[in-house]
Amino acid sequence: MNGASSTRRVWGLVYRHLALYRRSPPRLIELMYWPVLQMVVWGFITAYLAGVQNNVTSAAAGVLLGGVLLWEAALRSQMGFSISFLEEIWSRNLGHIFVSPLRPWELVAGLMTMSVLRTLIAVIPAMALAWFLYGFNILRLGPMLVLFFTALVVMGWAVAMGVTALILRFGAGAEALAWSILFGLTPFAAVFYPVAILPDWLEPVAYALPAAHVFEGMRAALLEDRAEWGHLAAAYGLNVVWLALMALLFRAQFQAARVKGALLNIGE
Amino acid sequence: MTPALTVEALSKSYAPGRPPAVDSLSFSIGRGRTLGLLGGNGAGKTTTIAMLLGLLVPSAGRIVALGHDMAADRFAALARMNFSSPYIALPHRLSVEENLRVYGHLYGVPRLAARIAELARDLDLAELLDRPAGQLSAGQKTRVALAKALINRPDLLLLDEPTASLDPDTGDWVRSRLEAYRAETGCAILLASHNMGEVERLCDEVLMLKQGKAVDRGTPAELLARYGRDDLEQVFLDIARGTRVEETVA
Repeated sequence: MNGASSTRRVWGLVYRHLALYRRSPPRLIELMYWPVLQMVVWGFITAYLAGVQNNVTSAAAGVLLGGVLLWEAALRSQMGFSISFLEEIWSRNLGHIFVSPLRPWELVAGLMTMSVLRTLIAVIPAMALAWFLYGFNILRLGPMLVLFFTALVVMGWAVAMGVTALILRFGAGAEALAWSILFGLTPFAAVFYPVAILPDWLEPVAYALPAAHVFEGMRAALLEDRAEWGHLAAAYGLNVVWLALMALLFRAQFQAARVKGALLNIGE
Repeated sequence: MTPALTVEALSKSYAPGRPPAVDSLSFSIGRGRTLGLLGGNGAGKTTTIAMLLGLLVPSAGRIVALGHDMAADRFAALARMNFSSPYIALPHRLSVEENLRVYGHLYGVPRLAARIAELARDLDLAELLDRPAGQLSAGQKTRVALAKALINRPDLLLLDEPTASLDPDTGDWVRSRLEAYRAETGCAILLASHNMGEVERLCDEVLMLKQGKAVDRGTPAELLARYGRDDLEQVFLDIARGTRVEETVA
């Protein structure tokens, strides 16, 4: 397989989505809208809880705002992948995509690229707002921020691949999962509180999610200025496992769709 | 010379116990030739085309496209094939040029800007290049779909009702362009159509399908002579309504 040809096909898919955003400003605004709104709401909640509106830059406040910002990375990564796939269904273009020489893994690579771009567009304005309105600078996490952010983006890809597999299996009926599934994991992801707060029987569930390890690591970094390498390693290890499982599910459902003819009428 | 497309005993069953959508279909298309695939609704044309394009896995049989076994090496064949159907849209918010760029990249077209300019000239698209695909008339969309189908200079072209819903003038224009492209490149074409005039004009051979089976085949002239009819529409009706004794073709 020629690597340059493959890269060009992935670029073709990415170009298709970039062209769409260039011609549709509301889509671009929508990307930033929810993360910014979340940041505003949580910022004021934090200010209220802190009791002193002009002094919310305490470590505890930082933990909440850091949780909002980093969880948005996972959410936007998952949605960026899933919704880019749905765009092909909505525009009834999937047939042309699948009869082109684009390999399934190149499709996934293109969707991952779009996921990263959409996530950056969504999260960077919210980060700037957190600094501007509440004096919270998440960049103070330093290089750890990149590791946390990357782990959550990869977790978003794993969930998105699972969602895409379900769309291939169940068609348009599974579309709603693209918006809702990761929100459902929020209570177990220990975004705003330590895993120890959860009932004992729920803790293993939380620790099966890469996000719980990331947020434990984030709290250690923000509250104690300490790097929790064990949690970080667990997050990346779990990401490998989840990504592999979801890739197998995606591959199986893609093949099943080719057998059942689901690719012919997936949007219906 | 090796045919551009060889199909051997191709079958597709969607579920056990249900009659197959395509039943042991065999045919081939030589380079520079056009085969018409005719049949009523549910005859198996779309299922056949989907299998030829790799969208659907056959239950049995073999497809060799441009020397590549589609079961083992479909992407090598797909790079040299293309497809057009009015029932599969191009992204409607993208401009015509953006759409052609997307597919040019997906098919690895060299010197893409020059190829788009060439297609714009040949298919009279120059004034449409900046317009969103969704704002075009049916005739303009057909021209753009044809440009997308020709972007990679395919050696095998699959066309599903390429002139459906077009006025006679535009339909004639599209047929002329297809004839010119075939003459220029030696491309093989599989044409599924309900327009019998189009089939008579473009096809060297016609395969008649009914309930997933090939029930007759021949050149348009042979079919007209065999059924004693003046045009293919009457032949089509004879076969669809079973008013003539049908003989399943192996």
